[in-house]
Amino acid sequence: MSIQVLMPALSPTMTEGNLAKWLKSEGDDVVAGDVLAEIETDKATMEVEAADEGVLGQILVPEGTENVAVNTPIAVLLEEGEDAAVLKNGADNAPAAVAPSPEPMTASKSVAPAVAAVPAEADYTGPTTRLSVREALRDAMAEEMRRDDDVFLMGEEVAQYQGAYKVSQGLLDEFGERRVIDTPITEHGFTGLGVGAAFAGLKPIIEFMTFNFAMQAIDQIINSAAKTHYMSGGQITSQIVFRGPNGAASRVGAQHSQCYASWYAHCPGLKVVAPYSAADAKGLLKAAIRDPNPVVFLENELLYGQSFDVPTEEDYVVPLGKAKVVRKGDDVTIVAFSLMVERAVEAADALAGEGISAEVIDLRTIRPLDVETIVTSVKKTNRLVSVEEGWPFAGIGSEMAAIMMEQAFDWLDAPVARVNGADVPMPYAANLERLALPQTKDIVDAAKAVSYRS
Amino acid sequence: MAKSSSKAKPAVKSRGRKPAVSRDEFLKYYKDMLLIRRFEEKAGQMYGMGLIGGFCHLYIGQEAVVVGMQAELEAQDTVITTYRDHGHMLACGMDPRGVMAELTGRRGGYSKGKGGSMHMFSKEKNFFGGHGIVGANVPLGTGIAFSHMYRGNGGVSLTYFGDGAVNQGQVYESFNMAALWQLPVIYVIENNRYGMGTSIERASANTDLYRRGSAYGIPGETVDGMDVMAVREAGAKAVAAARAGKGPIILEMQTYRYRGHSMSDPAKYRSKEEVQKMRSEKDPIETLRKTILDGDHVSEDGLKEIDREVKRVITEAAEFAQNSPEPDPAELYTDILVEA
Repeated sequence: MSIQVLMPALSPTMTEGNLAKWLKSEGDDVVAGDVLAEIETDKATMEVEAADEGVLGQILVPEGTENVAVNTPIAVLLEEGEDAAVLKNGADNAPAAVAPSPEPMTASKSVAPAVAAVPAEADYTGPTTRLSVREALRDAMAEEMRRDDDVFLMGEEVAQYQGAYKVSQGLLDEFGERRVIDTPITEHGFTGLGVGAAFAGLKPIIEFMTFNFAMQAIDQIINSAAKTHYMSGGQITSQIVFRGPNGAASRVGAQHSQCYASWYAHCPGLKVVAPYSAADAKGLLKAAIRDPNPVVFLENELLYGQSFDVPTEEDYVVPLGKAKVVRKGDDVTIVAFSLMVERAVEAADALAGEGISAEVIDLRTIRPLDVETIVTSVKKTNRLVSVEEGWPFAGIGSEMAAIMMEQAFDWLDAPVARVNGADVPMPYAANLERLALPQTKDIVDAAKAVSYRS
Repeated sequence: MAKSSSKAKPAVKSRGRKPAVSRDEFLKYYKDMLLIRRFEEKAGQMYGMGLIGGFCHLYIGQEAVVVGMQAELEAQDTVITTYRDHGHMLACGMDPRGVMAELTGRRGGYSKGKGGSMHMFSKEKNFFGGHGIVGANVPLGTGIAFSHMYRGNGGVSLTYFGDGAVNQGQVYESFNMAALWQLPVIYVIENNRYGMGTSIERASANTDLYRRGSAYGIPGETVDGMDVMAVREAGAKAVAAARAGKGPIILEMQTYRYRGHSMSDPAKYRSKEEVQKMRSEKDPIETLRKTILDGDHVSEDGLKEIDREVKRVITEAAEFAQNSPEPDPAELYTDILVEA
């Protein structure tokens, strides 16, 4: 019985990759552990090893093929005594007949229309280029490092490895090891070191491999970076950016899947940013690096590989503290940030089909919050749905509800609805994780509920 | 007399000629230590009168450490310490009036009354606080050392902490990075033998704190922190080595605090006799006073003149601190963020 070699998933969030190179040819003997091929993902180049022994009977996906979905058969291995002739009957092995990849492990496949629905910054009319969020973040850092020698990048695997998620790719080559610095795995220590350097006038960018690990360092972020300006009567400043992926990725379990937006947003002395699009990721990161205050910059791993139109103008900076209306509507306001903007836009599409016109606001900056844009919208729609990945208790949605009570009470036609992550540590099982995270349908249901529609 | 004790890698050697000390230097150390002593005594009094609130950690007994270390610093060097920080600020040349007014929470204080005893800073004097979380200033001081290296400005970061902080994990994270990147930092461990009420023997599996960097190849030395001249000598070598790019150094200062951990500490964890013995046999100010008089550097009257001058400065600081108005209520909402 021949064995299909499938396109492997090489990381929790990988959905497809390029078949860069075959290292074995048809007819070659293969033993388990032999490297068959090289696979390129947006993060790294990895080798595919044979799991069984036999003869490489047929290569189904030629080298150089791009965007091969995970689980696509890429070759057929013949067991002892089998003949290549059996392949003639194996039409189901052909790539054309490959079943669509099973349950998508990452952002849903409806990404493309959602992206198209989000225009670039309204007042920008200049040229744009297509960039992934990952590239946009890298470009923002590179541009700011070019214009200011005081800016440097420090974190785990940021230099030689080119970034755990490849966000810092190429920076070591351009800026050298003085300014792109690999640290030991000691978040508490290197965060404090970064804050000390900021006290002394440098402008560090501290990358956390994920914000989950920043919990080790939260004392330095809050007690040292956020409070010292106040405690010093304005003498000491901390111009520092703490950045990295936040929230759930894909089935990485409870310790790697937490959203910290409300934790940091709670604290005076910090600014908190959580972009969705690549244009905003770039423009906001540039603003964060230039801001004379400590900025917590929450990225999302599932967005790193998504591409958007990004203004090419070098000085395209998106001001902190300004939300963006990404879709206009009249009947209900949906506020979201980071990956949840995608869900909110999908929900707005679905709601449109049912005759409900939803306005979607991308908060972009969580603190200082653009209260005016939200309140203005609610005064028009009279309804608010708040969406976040994080837990409900004392969350961003709770703050939205309080703001509505204080500033838009008389305009509300329904109680504020919160769509949020389930109030549980993140489960690993695929179905449970899906249940724990806000889905498009949850947003649609909430919008209909506040519209008194069923 | 400093004693070289690093078994791992004694880069800082105590041998060699003692630096010559001038009369003016002797008198300066005497005056600076006395200023700290009198300042702290006055702060203790004012605390008792309800003029100072919150936590207030006095430095009495440890004066020789900062005064001896400060003697070797240059303008570009930086200092950071913990919450027992009044002495460090005075040694850095900060105005006693501004320090005392911060203790009373007045607008004339270094932090406009918003920081308090544990949180004062002076950019002008390169003093970076004043930090209230035990151990947290160690990575910060290491980062300041990083900035010296990044800028190539020849500066050295003096990072002070106590025998309590020395068991914090972030201290070792800092040691590792400082050694890895050869940062110009001197870790001054002020071993006053008690972390609040817990003696060093009850908190540390190994009490040779100067050896705490040996796993990272950081040379360490134990120093008689009650003797300003010994501190100065050890400090001179350490500062020179750090400035020359030889990387981090640990100096363990054997010192003692006469008062409790804070004002509210009854200090029942040690005997009155222990304290009395230190005061009578090891007091840093008395020791230097004797050296000055024995060496005929100045007469008894000359020292009395200094005593009077210090008293005048402290009286003036106390008056300023009581007369300076409370912060304007509008200050509640200033200095949270820098306006971009």
